Amino acid sequence: MTHSSDFNAEKASNLKVIGTRPARPDGVDKVTGRARFGADMNLPGQLVGRILRSPHPHAIIKSIDTSAAEALDGVKAVVTRDDFAENPDNHAVLCNVMAREKALYEGHTVAAVAASTATIARKALKLINVDYEPLPHVTDVDAAMQPDAPVLHDTIFTSGVDPVPTIPSNIVARCEFGHGDVEAGFAKADIIVERELKTAATHQGYIEPHACVASVSTDGMSELWCCTQGHFDDRKICAALLGIDVSRLRVTASEIGGGFGGKTTVFIEPVALALSRKAGRPVKIVMSREEVFKASGPTASTSMRVKIGVTNDGRMTACDGEFRLQGGAFEGSPFDSAAMTAFACYDLENVKSVAFDVVVNRPKGAAYRAPGAPMSVYGVESVVDEVALKIGMDPIEFRLKNAVRDGSQSSYGPKFGPNGLVETLEAAKAHPQYKTPLGPNQGRGIASGFWFNYGGETCSNLNINADGTVTLAVGTPDIGGSRASMCMMAAEELGIPYDSVRATVVDTGALGFNEGSYGSRVTYASGLAIINAAQQAITEMCKRASMMWDIPADAVTWEDGYAKPSGANAGEFEPMSLAEIAAIAANTGGPIAGHREHNADSAGISFGTHIVDTEVDPETGRVDVLRYTVIQDAGKAIHPDYVEGQFQGGAVQGIGWALNEEYIYGDDGKLQNAGFLDYRVPVASDLPMIDTVIVEVPNPGHPYGVRGVGETGIVPPLAAVANSVSAAAGVRLSELPMSPPRVLKAMDDAKQAAE
Amino acid sequence: MSTDKIITLKVNGSAVKFIAPAHRTLLEALRHEGFVEIKCGCEKGDCGACAVLLDGEPVDSCLTLAWHADGHEVTTIKGLGSPENPDPLQKAFIETGGAQCGYCTPGMIIAAKALLKENPEPSLEDIKRGLSGNLCRCTGYTRIFEAVQVAAEELRREGDVA
Repeated sequence: MTHSSDFNAEKASNLKVIGTRPARPDGVDKVTGRARFGADMNLPGQLVGRILRSPHPHAIIKSIDTSAAEALDGVKAVVTRDDFAENPDNHAVLCNVMAREKALYEGHTVAAVAASTATIARKALKLINVDYEPLPHVTDVDAAMQPDAPVLHDTIFTSGVDPVPTIPSNIVARCEFGHGDVEAGFAKADIIVERELKTAATHQGYIEPHACVASVSTDGMSELWCCTQGHFDDRKICAALLGIDVSRLRVTASEIGGGFGGKTTVFIEPVALALSRKAGRPVKIVMSREEVFKASGPTASTSMRVKIGVTNDGRMTACDGEFRLQGGAFEGSPFDSAAMTAFACYDLENVKSVAFDVVVNRPKGAAYRAPGAPMSVYGVESVVDEVALKIGMDPIEFRLKNAVRDGSQSSYGPKFGPNGLVETLEAAKAHPQYKTPLGPNQGRGIASGFWFNYGGETCSNLNINADGTVTLAVGTPDIGGSRASMCMMAAEELGIPYDSVRATVVDTGALGFNEGSYGSRVTYASGLAIINAAQQAITEMCKRASMMWDIPADAVTWEDGYAKPSGANAGEFEPMSLAEIAAIAANTGGPIAGHREHNADSAGISFGTHIVDTEVDPETGRVDVLRYTVIQDAGKAIHPDYVEGQFQGGAVQGIGWALNEEYIYGDDGKLQNAGFLDYRVPVASDLPMIDTVIVEVPNPGHPYGVRGVGETGIVPPLAAVANSVSAAAGVRLSELPMSPPRVLKAMDDAKQAAE
Repeated sequence: MSTDKIITLKVNGSAVKFIAPAHRTLLEALRHEGFVEIKCGCEKGDCGACAVLLDGEPVDSCLTLAWHADGHEVTTIKGLGSPENPDPLQKAFIETGGAQCGYCTPGMIIAAKALLKENPEPSLEDIKRGLSGNLCRCTGYTRIFEAVQVAAEELRREGDVA
């Protein structure tokens, strides 16, 4: 059977379920306390797992003596690096999960125990004797790039430079994107602005700490229950690290209490499995909030240089950027996507974007919503704002003049197809907020942003039940309302009510491989698989009806939930409903199902534009967000409420990043604010209601036109807030977060300079 | 252990009895007794995910010792309503999209319940202040504010009828 993913304009304009706002199927469980999250699973006889973490930011681990801990009554297993075999294919993950020769950051896992109670486990940790030889450390990205910086790994020789260095450094790789000749472009410019900017590392800040329960059976199936964005990915990596067959590990994704990219990799899961294997009993590990901050996925801190040249009439002649990202103690910062997304909003003749992946003594970074893009776009959109101001042009008009359109050459390579950037800018211009008068100490900021969106390996099943209901088996954990959107798409295709369809995120034993819920891919890729699976089931139901009517299968069509003869010459038969066909399926060939496995490759790119009004208190430097509007291209919003929810959530995470959130390190290389009191995420009283506008420019690679919506919303806010604060404070800050002390200092400095 | 004590309290109207040492928090104790609808987010009183009503007043159960609850009444999210008979707040959190991942939801609804009890006609600013001890990372709070407004309206209508 062939599957088309082409946009179908006629279908897209006659949708009945898509675009409505039914209640999410998981809603009742969530509001009545019945939803089961990572820490809510318990197995009979389970032990408590606890982790010993390095107090040093950088140290050689000379020896680990676990004998006293093992001798403690109630301790059932202790694991260290000796319990994990070398694994060259997964070296960084392995070393992060359990330190080997060196501890590379404060909080790095050094050993773990499983005991009958938490009290005994805590006591046992104190009995483990680790002999460290502390080494000099580095936590700042610029400092780590200096020739005299302490080197974390003697195996890193910068790739992407010619010639390859002969001495190791902390610079893992260099990448470059662009086209044209930027020097020639700058020569044509009337005005050039060049700035150095910085952003702090932030944490995804999901409210649910990482949690898992592992049960290893030496002769049968091992099981892992965890909160994760990708249980098939977890299975793959855990099986590799533990040296067990993929077929013998079953991973079940619990309900997930937020992830935002941070739950796309493993931290405690392989440790719990190793402990369970050694103890012969199930082991549960739940991270504390401090552990979440110190040892799970922050995003990169960055430093960057951005240079933009423009003509007096507002045409960008050249753009040049250098972006330096630290991804923690191991390779893999989102340096490449930072470089690719930086200038993606603009149709440029001359552009060059260079980025570096740098390691420092901080926890290994994990993905965070549009990884890399918020930072580089902050740099670019700040300078764009400045050049527009300098030539006296409205910031939206400036962007419209330079915006990419259908057919534009992107700054990172491919030609863009139809996209909604111009539409988001036009909608911003028309939005009432853009015309609202501003008071004293108030300012307005605009910024646009881009994210690629992803498709990837996916498979989904659809089963027609004997009672006329439909069950969906999906392999991508629901992080943003995808069970609702899957049910809506199935209902749309089958022509049955939304309430007749239920979706379950099934365990790894029930479906083929699915990449995790990341890259804004789920509604697009799993959804497309559901649409295709429904079409397959429809073909089968038409065949079953044709058998009942004794006419050829191709003489039956499917319409609004019924099989019907395709025309007068096919014969006169009463249409058969899905429920009627399902009820007699046993007599017509057995169960009816549809399934689809694919590597979805037509995800639609996405753009957004944000407007934010702020007020700066000149006495304290505190910034209040007065009004905020998110405008983003969704291609086609399946469930508009949940699309808007993604926009709002992304914007507020971006506001936190812009104004308050940051990893603060002391000179001792230790994190000073590993808790929600000192690492300040936005609270209810910090925020206005976030307004939204959904723009719909169809993705040509999806029958309804769907584009992913989860990530783009966090790309513009850093710059939009910075531009707004700059306008309100009368001075431009070049470092995030714009916390009150920084704003106050910038205003004082400007005042003194003026005097 | 000499510091252990038998604790007797009511949870959602039913008697619950367990043994707890002096340092055990109400959060730890009740989750251990199976009340896993109480969520743990920080164990420091920063996030509000573990909020319950203690004799009708909202508390972070991670900052409350089990001993302090001895002889008192605890209400969790399950005590506010059931799938068949939900509280107006529970309904509104579904309808508006105020519950997204759902992890902060039990504590958030408890905090909102306490707010509406004290102030049945809260302004938007009242709602923001009333919920500022409860962190949500998914929604940006907008739909949570809407949920509380919708529920307050519903409760006022119910009050009018009664």
